[in-house]
Amino acid sequence: PLSSRCCAPRSAGPAMNCRAEVLEVSVEGRQVEEAMLAVLHTVLLHRSTGKFHYKKEGTYSIGTVGTQDVDCDFIDFAYVRVSSEELDRALRKAVGEFKDALRGSGSDGMGQISLEFYQKKKSRWPFSDECIPWELWTIKVNVVNLANEQERQICREKVGEKLCEKIINIVEVMNRHEYLPKMPTQSEVDNVFDTSLKDVQPYLYKISYQITDSLGTSVTTTMRRLIKDTLAL
Amino acid sequence: AMDTDLSSQDRKDLDKFIKFFALKTVQVIVQARLGEKICTRSSSSPTGSDWFNLAIKDIPEVTHEAKKALAGQLPAVGRSMCVEISLKTSEGDSMELEIWCLEMNEKCDKEIKVSYTVYNRLSLLLKSLLAITRVTPAYRLSRKQGHEYVILYRIYFGEVQLSGLGEGFQTVRVGTVGTPVGTITLSCAYRINLAFMSTRQFERTPPIMGIIIDHFVDRPYPSSSPMHPCNYRAGEDNGAVYPSVEDSQEVCTTSFSTSPPSQCVFTVTKAHFQTPPPVVTDTLKVPVVGLAFSHQLSSSRLSYQPAALGVGSADMGYPVLFAGGLNAAHPHQLIGPGKEGGVPPVPTQPAHGTQADQERMCTPLDGVHYSAATPSSSEDTETVSNSSEGKSGSPHDLLETIFIRKVGAFVNKPVNQVTMANLDIPFAMFAPKNVELEDNDPMVNPPESPETESPLQGSLHSEGSSGSSTGNTHDDFVMIDFKPAFSKDDILPMDLGTFYREFQNPPQLSSLSIDIGAQSMAEDLDSLPEKLAVHEKNVKEFDAFVETLQ
Repeated sequence: PLSSRCCAPRSAGPAMNCRAEVLEVSVEGRQVEEAMLAVLHTVLLHRSTGKFHYKKEGTYSIGTVGTQDVDCDFIDFAYVRVSSEELDRALRKAVGEFKDALRGSGSDGMGQISLEFYQKKKSRWPFSDECIPWELWTIKVNVVNLANEQERQICREKVGEKLCEKIINIVEVMNRHEYLPKMPTQSEVDNVFDTSLKDVQPYLYKISYQITDSLGTSVTTTMRRLIKDTLAL
Repeated sequence: AMDTDLSSQDRKDLDKFIKFFALKTVQVIVQARLGEKICTRSSSSPTGSDWFNLAIKDIPEVTHEAKKALAGQLPAVGRSMCVEISLKTSEGDSMELEIWCLEMNEKCDKEIKVSYTVYNRLSLLLKSLLAITRVTPAYRLSRKQGHEYVILYRIYFGEVQLSGLGEGFQTVRVGTVGTPVGTITLSCAYRINLAFMSTRQFERTPPIMGIIIDHFVDRPYPSSSPMHPCNYRAGEDNGAVYPSVEDSQEVCTTSFSTSPPSQCVFTVTKAHFQTPPPVVTDTLKVPVVGLAFSHQLSSSRLSYQPAALGVGSADMGYPVLFAGGLNAAHPHQLIGPGKEGGVPPVPTQPAHGTQADQERMCTPLDGVHYSAATPSSSEDTETVSNSSEGKSGSPHDLLETIFIRKVGAFVNKPVNQVTMANLDIPFAMFAPKNVELEDNDPMVNPPESPETESPLQGSLHSEGSSGSSTGNTHDDFVMIDFKPAFSKDDILPMDLGTFYREFQNPPQLSSLSIDIGAQSMAEDLDSLPEKLAVHEKNVKEFDAFVETLQ
């Protein structure tokens, strides 16, 4: 979503002060998208504000964030997301790719999708800006194959219950009131928030995923992410 | 008393926030049990009526009931606001499903900024409430209501009564927000045993159809408030009129401000202060120097229109932010830096050698005293790490200009024999030295009989003595100096800025040296055929990916 240059990718995982949370779910293939969206939207609900409007003299006002209920079709579950079609589209796109990759060859149905919140730190030319993560959510997914309709029905309910637990976990983490980037000045706002959406303003985030093949090593998708990150896309 | 620590304006703000938080909490809970999907729109321009920057509709009846229950009070210790959700079947059996409790305990957070941090955390808590109300069992029940049962709500204020939830009820905590007058806690206790109990425990009341039409059901308990159905439909109003919340003149327009944290100023208009505050300046004229040395500095302030000044429903359409144009009121700006929005308060900072920081926080407003070249060390919570930015240079020049300051911790020798090796700088041992100093280098020629001050010292010396002939043993270990790298030095004050400037050119990483580089390259080359094979296997996928990049 950012137009100007991308950050140099962080090489070796989260930075020192980045807190990391890991959630695990086992779902049926057709439940992957909804389960991922539920978790990602719940996190982003807590990590999005209204649009900032800077006024003279360094003050700013904040727009209003609307919310809406989303019912899942393949899971007995509903969740709340921020009312922003742009944000929803962006998440659906990422989750769709993840789902396709999970289905693809070389995968035994295990993978993980990560939502990373980061701040940009400007570097002097010729070095590109640094991206410093401050919170990383990783959802590990295990796709199961079910034999009959009865099992599927049970899975609908079970996964629904599991997701309820995940939402409670996420809310617990949010309630710790741990590090959040400082509210930025107008010139700095793009280093902290994604200001490209027209109705809400999430903290800068990026979504990436990895598919584990049967050898346990991650293949193509990590490379894809790296390529995309380094090109100005 | 607690109140004297909190300015009266802060106290008023806090009370207002808590009151509206309670009202919005009730709205969220009841609306989540209406049986319908809720949808509100985001709006990039603030309208002045969206408390906590969230679009939560106000159902007038619900607000009315909540205000009635609160009767002008606020949640306090022992006085909790509770929303009870229960289910009533078409046969008249009813069962309590959940009790949502908004409580206040005595644990105060005196340091927290009301107008900024508390407000934002209350907003976050409402978001959590939105999420949690969808994951308790009653949500799914409420979505299916209408035919065999309805969901009812009841608001009461006082002591929490959980006995109606049956045995083994579970509790989920939505969240807490600390304030200077206590900690607000929001939680839900919910029944897990949804099997209907025997009917003798429940009331027999008129059939359910009557409830929907009349909107009210009177419970025979004299002390309890009436229960209300959660499937209120705005269009089916039976004639009762409730004051809409907009008429109450309680408008919150929030405006935040950012400026370097050194400008922790109170800006008080003449109308609002009686005694001159300790420091008052023209906020807006403070120099912007602060931004130059740390791009993350900011603080935020909340300004709002006090309700008494006549902002009524008529003005709601305007994004009322400052009183710039209005002559009715001036914004009352408060200090806002909070734990996540501004510079953390001094007490949480470890001692740094930068005295500027201490002064800045303790005496807000002396104008702006900084050490000019000091990168901010107060942003402890920042994850920013000042990496060397790739400058390659040798430390030769640097270290030779450093004064010889202190004897290293483990050297047992007279001060006049200090060498560069004894600088209390980490990794000083890697600095190239003048040859003539090697004789005095304790790591090469350890003193005869060191008095072991620590086990470490002994081992360092023994290592040194075994390799003393080569003269290169000082490369094998690092002189460990327990003095923290950035602390002040009594003999030669070197503040953080100087240190930072001097050490901007650290020595080259050994992994970048040719030998080691060649090694890992060889390994990489060996594994290349394997990797190529894997990638060839997936060539179709790559091609597809490249397509997407076009």
